[in-house]
Amino acid sequence: MTPPDVLVKTVTLEVVDIIQKDKEIQKGDRKKVIALIETKVLPHFNFLAMTSSAVGRNWDKASAEQKLRVQEEFKTLLVRTYSSAIAAYSTQKFDFRPLRAKPTDTDVTVNVRVMQTGNQPVTIDYDMEKRPTGWKVWDVRVGGISLVANYRTEFDNIVRERGVDGLIKALQAKNSSNETPAAAVVPKK
Amino acid sequence: MMRWAKNLAMVLLLCGAAGCATVGTDPRDPMEDFNRAVYGFNEAFDELVGKPVATGYRDIIPGPARMMVRNFFSNIADLWIGANNLLQGKPLDALTDWTRFAMNSTMGLFGLLDFASELGLEKHDEDFGQTFGRWGMADGAYHVWPFLGPSTTRDSLGMVLDIYVDPVVRHKPRGVRTAMVVTRAISKRADLLDASRILEEAALDKYVFQRDAYLQRRRSLIHDGEAPRAAREVPRAENEAGEVQPQPQARPVEAARLTGPGRQCGARERGAAARGARRAGGGDARGGCARGLKRGLGCFPSSYGSRPRPRRRQLRLARCCSPWRPAPQRNPRRRARRPRRPASR
Repeated sequence: MTPPDVLVKTVTLEVVDIIQKDKEIQKGDRKKVIALIETKVLPHFNFLAMTSSAVGRNWDKASAEQKLRVQEEFKTLLVRTYSSAIAAYSTQKFDFRPLRAKPTDTDVTVNVRVMQTGNQPVTIDYDMEKRPTGWKVWDVRVGGISLVANYRTEFDNIVRERGVDGLIKALQAKNSSNETPAAAVVPKK
Repeated sequence: MMRWAKNLAMVLLLCGAAGCATVGTDPRDPMEDFNRAVYGFNEAFDELVGKPVATGYRDIIPGPARMMVRNFFSNIADLWIGANNLLQGKPLDALTDWTRFAMNSTMGLFGLLDFASELGLEKHDEDFGQTFGRWGMADGAYHVWPFLGPSTTRDSLGMVLDIYVDPVVRHKPRGVRTAMVVTRAISKRADLLDASRILEEAALDKYVFQRDAYLQRRRSLIHDGEAPRAAREVPRAENEAGEVQPQPQARPVEAARLTGPGRQCGARERGAAARGARRAGGGDARGGCARGLKRGLGCFPSSYGSRPRPRRRQLRLARCCSPWRPAPQRNPRRRARRPRRPASR
């Protein structure tokens, strides 16, 4: 099984390398970035854990079908956000921190830093868990902001007001509004 | 600007005294309605002025020039970042900041070039709000200020001080000062263009998303990016997900040992505590000179980095399982001392 820090490093470098070399992505082809993230990055994420953690205490209230749909919509949203973020950072230098964990640990945090001149580096922490199929990410923290925790209040509010179906609808609406063409993915330097 | 800062302080005091609060649902945000109104104003202003100006700045001014502008203001800020590091009991970080300032101001041509970073002297991010946080002051309520954006009661107090001592704001003559303040604001906004676009895409309710992100971010900054992971809210649901996907090991046992008697917490708390325990275990491996090396300062034989950073006392706003639940204590002796400050909520 690939160690978690090695996994993060190889996947990040591979994705960033592809983004930097691909002319269509440079021109702002979002679909291509998303497809790239889906094939390269997605298999290393544990979306069930992420979704259930983001939905929090309302997770029990959802039926099996609702759970599946929330998970699918949340995945679409996260992939999109993640692809924007990685594209925005792809021109920067990455600093992969050595793993601070014992070999027996099954739950570790892999630290990556994005170096910027004139600013403090941005930290990206991947919380990963050892599973039978390999190390899986269950939360990403960018600059100390946990993606999962950040969605928790939002989801909670929506479920309280409109139920789990309301949450599914809100996620769908968000995803379809994101479909409208946006600005170029790769920032102008 | 000074008068304006005074007004801000006045508003703060009034809010504190009279409780200019509307009832919200989130205990961290008692003035949500008011904050949302200010937030709406800020958004409108940003849409009309902030974003267009910042985009224009980014499109017209070439990258290297923008970097020099960023470096110039970043260099000035290093002075007080150093002071804050000293106030937070991190003299070596303070020394780094001031060395940065000295180097960049001379070799870096008045701070236009960031030489020190190239040499491995890392930039820090500190302000008075963080210093107060480090000293144990809790967030207080969440506020959104016109033009200045998200803050908390503690960070607002810090901000008043930050602005008061800001060399750019104190600069005379007035014309130059205004030009500098505006340039700095545009430069900062331009740097955030990507981030704000991502926020736009990611958030279902931008206000809530930004608020939670701000609170998380500040917490992380106060701990210099090493906020104890256990204090994060890991919901019960994660354990329940474990029923679908069996977890490899039982966490509650470890958790019970850690939290000890007297902590009557739910499953959620135990799950979080177990993570904390594992984190603490991992901490052994990174003691010694690792911290010094990380900062590019080499391995110091002195106490620097060789002992764990002192635990900050957190204001006991928090109760078990609340969003502000304090981190599980690693040092039982400290724990015994804690009831010094009664729960304020």
